[in-house]
Amino acid sequence: MDMNQYLSMFIDESNDHLQSLNENMMGLEANPEDLSIVQVIFRSAHTLKGMAATMGFEDLASLTHQMENVLDLVRNNKLKMQDFIFDTLFKSLDALESMVQDITGGGEGKADVSAIVASLQAIVRGEVPSAAGSSAAAEPQTTAEAAAFLDEFQLSVLSQSIQEGHQVLYIDVAIRKDCQLKAVRAYMVFDLLERSGEVVTSFPSVQDIEQEKFDHGFSLYYITQKEASDIQSMVMNLSEIEKVTAVALDQETLTQMGQGMTAAAAEAPVQVAEPSAAPAPAAVPASAPVKEEASKAAPARTGGAPSRTIRVDIERLDVLMNLFSELLIDRVRLEQLASEVQNSDLTETVEHMGRVSSDLQNIVMKLRMVPVDTVFNRFPRMVRDLAKSLDKKIDLVITGAETELDRTVIDEIGDPLVHLLRNAVDHGVESIQDRLASGKSDTGTVNLRAFHSGNHVFIEIEDDGAGIQPQKILQSAIKKGILTQEQAAGYSDDEAIQLLFAPGFSTAEVISDVSGRGVGLDVVKAKITSLGGNVVVYSKPGKGTNFSVQLPLTLSIIAAMLIRLGSEKYAIPLSSIVETGIIKQNQIRKIHGSKMIEFRNTHIPLLSLSKFFSVPDFDERTEEETEIVVVRKGERLVALAVQDFIGQNEIVIKNLGKYLPEVQGISGATILGDGQVALIIDPNAFIK
Amino acid sequence: MAEDIKVIVFKLSDEEYGIEVDKVQTIERMMPITRVPKTYSFIKGVINLRGVVIPVIDLRGRFGIAEAEHTDQTRVIIVNVNEMEVGFIVDSANDVIDLNRESIDTPPEVVGGIKAKYLDGVAKIGEDRLLIMLNLSEVLNKSEIVQLESLEG
Repeated sequence: MDMNQYLSMFIDESNDHLQSLNENMMGLEANPEDLSIVQVIFRSAHTLKGMAATMGFEDLASLTHQMENVLDLVRNNKLKMQDFIFDTLFKSLDALESMVQDITGGGEGKADVSAIVASLQAIVRGEVPSAAGSSAAAEPQTTAEAAAFLDEFQLSVLSQSIQEGHQVLYIDVAIRKDCQLKAVRAYMVFDLLERSGEVVTSFPSVQDIEQEKFDHGFSLYYITQKEASDIQSMVMNLSEIEKVTAVALDQETLTQMGQGMTAAAAEAPVQVAEPSAAPAPAAVPASAPVKEEASKAAPARTGGAPSRTIRVDIERLDVLMNLFSELLIDRVRLEQLASEVQNSDLTETVEHMGRVSSDLQNIVMKLRMVPVDTVFNRFPRMVRDLAKSLDKKIDLVITGAETELDRTVIDEIGDPLVHLLRNAVDHGVESIQDRLASGKSDTGTVNLRAFHSGNHVFIEIEDDGAGIQPQKILQSAIKKGILTQEQAAGYSDDEAIQLLFAPGFSTAEVISDVSGRGVGLDVVKAKITSLGGNVVVYSKPGKGTNFSVQLPLTLSIIAAMLIRLGSEKYAIPLSSIVETGIIKQNQIRKIHGSKMIEFRNTHIPLLSLSKFFSVPDFDERTEEETEIVVVRKGERLVALAVQDFIGQNEIVIKNLGKYLPEVQGISGATILGDGQVALIIDPNAFIK
Repeated sequence: MAEDIKVIVFKLSDEEYGIEVDKVQTIERMMPITRVPKTYSFIKGVINLRGVVIPVIDLRGRFGIAEAEHTDQTRVIIVNVNEMEVGFIVDSANDVIDLNRESIDTPPEVVGGIKAKYLDGVAKIGEDRLLIMLNLSEVLNKSEIVQLESLEG
């Protein structure tokens, strides 16, 4: 079967599952006792494993499988979550993520995860490094494992059996991976064993085994008269059994196990492997209610209702948009014809069609909107890791994650936000000591909020840290040669803070010493500006800092000024237009051979668009008065001479196709109401 | 036994050319073209093909044949090669024929002034009809154009 067609689906879904695993794991970390979360995590991991196995990504599948083993112990109350387990699981998630990324990049998702797998297996065996250093970890392996699913009652049964001269065996059975009906196989093993002895308990429980809720192996305690080796070969004789190990337990190990249990329970209740802390699930009636509770709680957590969305390839939506704009062009044409024909029925129909099509247009546009959640959801994990490595306590509060933005913006905004968040965690929030010293609580808060305002979306990153010292910024700016002493004197505090975004501030190691801010912020600013957005900083010393990012709702539609040059029409993005106006020939001056005009007390260059684009049928030099458009790039301005303003319009940006990737001065094209293509001018090209 | 292929036949000047039909998206009548400044002279501009902006090349110009006035017969053949969508302006296009691959010979050094590298081969149809098969990826190869332009300019 050709799996390629499912690959993108697999990648999407894997990413979803990884995301949900990350989120739930963080939830569990905050609330380690909540088994319903474990249940959700387990199911996610299980699905992921299944998908990976189906797609033939063995490494992915086997790593998830190991995680599942750990999670299974946790959800069955046989293992308590603790830091080491969390760290290992998070590491596994990272490994999974990089594997999926590899697959996304066309790789085979292979990775060396032996270290992580070893840790996971150690956890399953109960060998968890712990500060307390007592109990399970110190026990021999089988004992630790044994203690993992024996309760006191069963323990005493076993020890009595030994006293009475029976053999007590700990048996580990592995069924072949390709076995079709493993539950049946398992039943045959049990059946066989029951003939010459008694199975005291098994892990997973008999019920789980019957329902195929186990992977390819199970273990059990068994009382018999026969020798371990006999039992071993007996079971091996069954078909499709891969491996059987039977270990005879003596009185001493059993006593040790009992001691280990009580010690663990008494000394360190948060330790691993203490069956006394919860009813052992192996004792079937006792475990049942726990499981039911968990499975009931889980759907409530995930919301119960199945997702009512479908995935659509963004390219298909683009095609839909294109077809739609065609329809709109025909509509304009129809309206024209209708007004010529003067038939009231026709006019009415065309008007109705107009309304329907503008509704449709809105919906098509809305289809491209994605909640910012898709970007935000990776931040909690990032902040957690960052705070941990910096030894800080930080609460990340996310609000407005449902705010929607066009997919094109969402794709681009991730990196700048990561940068700003790192900044807030690293430099914004002070160390625990400093916070306590300044009378704050030891936990810093970073607010990440998104909200709509008019035609824009704002994303704010606010910390309650020490804030920025304007004076220090000015000093370092002077040191870097960005400002002179005199200029600095004229800067207000606010203006000084905005200097953080000045290019040249970025690589300055001085800055990170002085204020701790400003590393690469010019890059962030440049990125956001290129998206047609803006970013500003507000800061109050001692209170914190707020980076406010303003973004357009969509990148594919912009407001533009349409202009005419002879018979040609061009669009200039409104976001880069400062002003439009008219100048007379005698206002044009020549400085160093280039034309300049006076604009707000400074001289800015005047550029002839018709000359730049070699427009065949227009030359503004023949005109007495010339229309100009003043555009800007950063702080610099230039005036473009044009023939006429047609007016302001919302335009849909299209690229020029692969054959024409870069044309100087042109950033794309758009289709006008009459079906004609107009080129979009890239004002940046005129400002060097 | 070589397979049959379907070929779109079009005319430039008095020569007949062929493009394999699976590389051709559609054939359109002449439509308004928006000039794109600052690019090669044979790129006539861009058109709006059902909402998609597509660059259009005058194939005469590309091959160094004197450009001609557009007539009723002028067509734009939209091809899709290496994920590039490009329109070719040709004098006329009105035939689809079946061609056996075996009937395509390697091209002579120069055909009608066109460099041999643009050609896949020459097919003989009937008694005295010659069909020049185009090598589209070479025709659309820009690295070579850059060289050409810099030599000229």
